[in-house]
Amino acid sequence: MEVIPLAWWQLALAALMVVGLAGCTAALRLGMGRGLLIAAARTVIQLGLIGLVLEALFAAERLLWVVLMAMAMLLIAGREVMARQKRRLSGGWAFGIGTLAMFLSSFTVTVLTLIVIIGPEPWYRPQYAIPLLGMLLGNTMTGVALALDRLTDSAWHQRAVIENRLMLGQTWQVAIGDIRREAMRSGLMPMINAMAAAGVVSLPGMMTGQILAGTAPGLAVKYQILIMFAITLGTGFGTLAAVAAGSRRLFDGRERLRLDRLVAPRR
Amino acid sequence: MTTSSTLRLDGIGIGTLSDVSMAVPPGDIHCLSGPSGSGKSRLLRAVADLEPHAGEAWLGEVAQSSLPAHDWRTRVMLVPAESQWWADSVGEHLPASPAAEDLAALGFEASVLGWQVSRLSSGEKQRLALLRAIAQAPSALLLDEPTANLDDATTRRVEAWLMGNARRRGWPVLWVAHDPDQIARVANRHWRIDGIELRAEEVAPWR
Repeated sequence: MEVIPLAWWQLALAALMVVGLAGCTAALRLGMGRGLLIAAARTVIQLGLIGLVLEALFAAERLLWVVLMAMAMLLIAGREVMARQKRRLSGGWAFGIGTLAMFLSSFTVTVLTLIVIIGPEPWYRPQYAIPLLGMLLGNTMTGVALALDRLTDSAWHQRAVIENRLMLGQTWQVAIGDIRREAMRSGLMPMINAMAAAGVVSLPGMMTGQILAGTAPGLAVKYQILIMFAITLGTGFGTLAAVAAGSRRLFDGRERLRLDRLVAPRR
Repeated sequence: MTTSSTLRLDGIGIGTLSDVSMAVPPGDIHCLSGPSGSGKSRLLRAVADLEPHAGEAWLGEVAQSSLPAHDWRTRVMLVPAESQWWADSVGEHLPASPAAEDLAALGFEASVLGWQVSRLSSGEKQRLALLRAIAQAPSALLLDEPTANLDDATTRRVEAWLMGNARRRGWPVLWVAHDPDQIARVANRHWRIDGIELRAEEVAPWR
């Protein structure tokens, strides 16, 4: 089965409808028109560029290029994690912890999935490696960002409780235990929801894409299950590492709550 | 129960206070007063090692910095002016049921452990925070206005209970207080914060 090609003018038709939507929201003074158009334009430009990059990457099939691409994706994800936190750790720790957590989890799970489970030849074949890493990083990023944001924001709001628990002689791990659990939960909840809803409420994007591209549904389903497990592993371990490192950084060597290590939110 | 030892502050510096040194012998209550914002509470926080500070605190021969921080805080227990409660019921905050005489002395019955925290009045919270603190079997107490939310009769009751316990169990107590009458009733010594240093004040002679 061949994929039906899409022409640019057909995309322009869809784009026209987005412009129409923006026009409607502007007419109703909902204040979303501008943001919608900018986001839509970003989609076109970013995806257009990545299409070019991927075509070059697939043609070259060199490990060095794959690694460079992966690193660039990681750093952008790290920046995004940092930007999504209301009260982030200062001095590069927010970027460092988020990036390291994503590196450890996403990269390990991707390489493991490639080598042990899928087994393309060579193992870093960009056609498999890059989309897999992209899906993992995207979801791990969401999990890590949500968890770190929850962790630092809750610690700030509940500082009196944490300090009172410290005064009663609790260790820092116990004193922030409830907040850690909450942070872990916020990080993992989107993925747990996605797995619970898969196939019943929603048809996952990758599977849908493969089916559109002509893959037999049975195989597409297998890939989708694999991807969801890989994403859960990546998100889970990434969130775990980020919450562990982040909460440690909130205390100093004398188990004091150090909220002076958080940057105040803007505005 | 550890043997009673003196609580000693050796050159503690925090905020505007610097080089604070004093010794509170076992069973003694030293009151600390001063205008608001003068750093009374922060001094207590420094002794409990909750904030970075200069100097060293000692409990007997044990230095603050020689113990893991949570061990030090278990021994030198700070009870803040406003206590915090994180679980639903009172009992979940206590390691074990407190002695009946302690409960009674503060005006409670054993059923208080089943009470919902959300229904506690500020005065109840304050008295329960004291019970909760001593349930950890501390060796010294740092009290930040322990009777601020209590009526006169209850204040007297809590004072008597604290003084009796301090003497019997040999706790050195550092007590932040505003009320001169209260200071006269409970203090063996009285320190006033004056700018960056502590000044010893005369304690009422009729004690």
